Amino acid sequence: MSSSGAAIRVSGLGKCYSIAKERHRQSILAEELMHRLRHPFRRDRNDTFWALRDVTFDVARGDVIGIIGRNGAGKSTLLKILSRITEPTTGEVVLRGRVGSLLEVGTGFHPELTGRENVFLNGAILGMSKPEIRRQFDAIVQFAGVEKFLETPVKRYSSGMYVRLAFAVAAHLRGEVLIVDEVLAVGDAEFQRKCLGKMRDVSSDGRTVLFVSHNMQAIRTLCNRGLYLEQGRVAAVGDVEYCSAQYLASGGGGTLGSWRRAAGGPSLPLMLTAVSLNLKGQQPSMTLEVELQTQSSGGHKPAFAALDILDVTGTAIMQAIPTYERFIRAVPGTQRSLLEIDLPPLIPGQYALTVWLGSHNTESLDHQARCVAFEIHDSPSAGRTFPHHSDHGAIVPTSRLLSSDLAVPSLQTVAVAKP
Amino acid sequence: MMVMDITTPSALPDTEYDSVLVLRPPSGLAALNLRDVWQFRGLLGTLALRDLKLRYKQTALGIVWVVLQPVLAALIFSIIFGMIARIPSPVPKVPYFVFAFCGQLAWNLFNTIVTRSSVCLTGNTNMISKVFFPRLVLPMSTIGAALVDFAVAAAMMALMIACCHVKPGIALLLLPLWIMGLLMLSLGLGLFTAALTVSYRDVQYILPVALNLLMWASPIAFPLSFAIGMVPHKVRFMFYLNPLTGLLEAFRWSLLNTTAPAPRSVAYGMVLSILVLWLGAKAFKQMERKFADVI
Repeated sequence: MSSSGAAIRVSGLGKCYSIAKERHRQSILAEELMHRLRHPFRRDRNDTFWALRDVTFDVARGDVIGIIGRNGAGKSTLLKILSRITEPTTGEVVLRGRVGSLLEVGTGFHPELTGRENVFLNGAILGMSKPEIRRQFDAIVQFAGVEKFLETPVKRYSSGMYVRLAFAVAAHLRGEVLIVDEVLAVGDAEFQRKCLGKMRDVSSDGRTVLFVSHNMQAIRTLCNRGLYLEQGRVAAVGDVEYCSAQYLASGGGGTLGSWRRAAGGPSLPLMLTAVSLNLKGQQPSMTLEVELQTQSSGGHKPAFAALDILDVTGTAIMQAIPTYERFIRAVPGTQRSLLEIDLPPLIPGQYALTVWLGSHNTESLDHQARCVAFEIHDSPSAGRTFPHHSDHGAIVPTSRLLSSDLAVPSLQTVAVAKP
Repeated sequence: MMVMDITTPSALPDTEYDSVLVLRPPSGLAALNLRDVWQFRGLLGTLALRDLKLRYKQTALGIVWVVLQPVLAALIFSIIFGMIARIPSPVPKVPYFVFAFCGQLAWNLFNTIVTRSSVCLTGNTNMISKVFFPRLVLPMSTIGAALVDFAVAAAMMALMIACCHVKPGIALLLLPLWIMGLLMLSLGLGLFTAALTVSYRDVQYILPVALNLLMWASPIAFPLSFAIGMVPHKVRFMFYLNPLTGLLEAFRWSLLNTTAPAPRSVAYGMVLSILVLWLGAKAFKQMERKFADVI
């Protein structure tokens, strides 16, 4: 990839926000004026916060690059700079080609306007010209499936219809470079599949796409390259598999082995406060001991736990529900529970655990995604001399040879072979 | 300054790209970049149309409000000035009501644009923080709906003039000029208040009070000569400093064939309007850099 042919070239990009110190915060004009009058020569010393720092990467034309990282890693700031919504503090960005950016679906949608009016309004806001929208209008309406309700104000739409129409307009945005932020997190599962399909079409017709998502599976299937941001800096850039592995290996939101709930978060009736793991036994029959610490306020139904085990790409490969009995009681106080999972033979690598607590499969009480991780070093199959690869799955089922005889070619085979 | 060069890069091997965009940290004074606004003129029209469509949705009387509002305001003036204070109509043959309606017509245009554009940024937070477009488009789009309102009310005014048998003079030809002046002045103030509202929401509380004050300090319900005769010497300068004074007097001169205003005050009003618009736009562009971060 030569840098002159890059569709996007980002070099030394930084974005600094100033966070005014509480004491000197003047959001009221009068206060500001008073402050200026009292201290005419003093410049406010603001705390600065670098949302992005020294970010450098190239995106070749036709590349589909997935941007990953935890919340607050700078993903959205990067997209905002690339879409010209905000200006960089340092560095430079060179964008070649028309840029279409989708940081939100349905921006500018007005509840009082009809579906038709909103398509034109939203299209214009996204930068489409009127003839362009007119040309795509039927395709948009068909994709959203709202043909019958075009003349109805969108405030009378169901939330599903609303989101579908909003996404449909966005999905028909043209541009050589597309910037897409987490828009797949809308609608029901069926519609999400449709959106993912649309994204796949978009990325396969040669356009350059920048795509932010927490859905690692979507990132892996759609993107060929990855950019992993951590605390505003580039932690990894390159092959998407490599980046997603780096992301998960870094804990991807949790730490290896044990997890403790951060103080100061919102309070739930039932909260998971700590999780710790203990890996026991030898391959291929290892067990995973999971200790859960929960804190109850009493104001909920008794609950049980479900544990998802995810592979290095963030895809859930199995779920364990040790018991359907509601063993977490609704009694104020802390409760400790010890669970054990018999692991199937797994290929060496890192695995993450998601813990869910709920009283019913439709009634979730707490949910901590990928809060802990564990690592398996040995191969599950004895005598294997070549490495395992996730391309062939994570589970190596126990298998054996039952019989094997040297076959004698039958007369029939010989007869058929005759011309 | 955000640099945007839409050029055909001949030096580049890849000729399929027709535009190159370079984003750099801002430096120095912001340029107005009116070419950007021109490129987004489609959005400007769509937003103006949206305003117009939304304005009287779910109201029983709908478009009638466009006429009813200035009529009611003029009626209040008629009661206070015509019946209680017993001011004789400043123009012979023209009832006081028509005189007041004429002032209201011009004031409403000014007032609508200032008020609407001052909240156009904070009222469209999502558009500012999620989509790129030249931010100037938002306040500018308020002019469209305000002009349509003005046109409807002006048609009513024309009817009244015809009923009063007023023969408009040659001054009528200058009317578009005064309307331009009012538009520039109101947009300039609107741009400034809109940008200021992003950081300081106080503006939205001060503005109605300030506008009310300005209304009484402008010759809307009364001719300038009357006001000058009534108020003490010390506060007369207020009427002379107010750019609306010249514009309103000229507006009425064109429509009702009143005595011509002092050329100096009209020229002052026009020059100041241009200046306010230019300063407002400059200030807006300067503060624009922080909109997405602060809003």
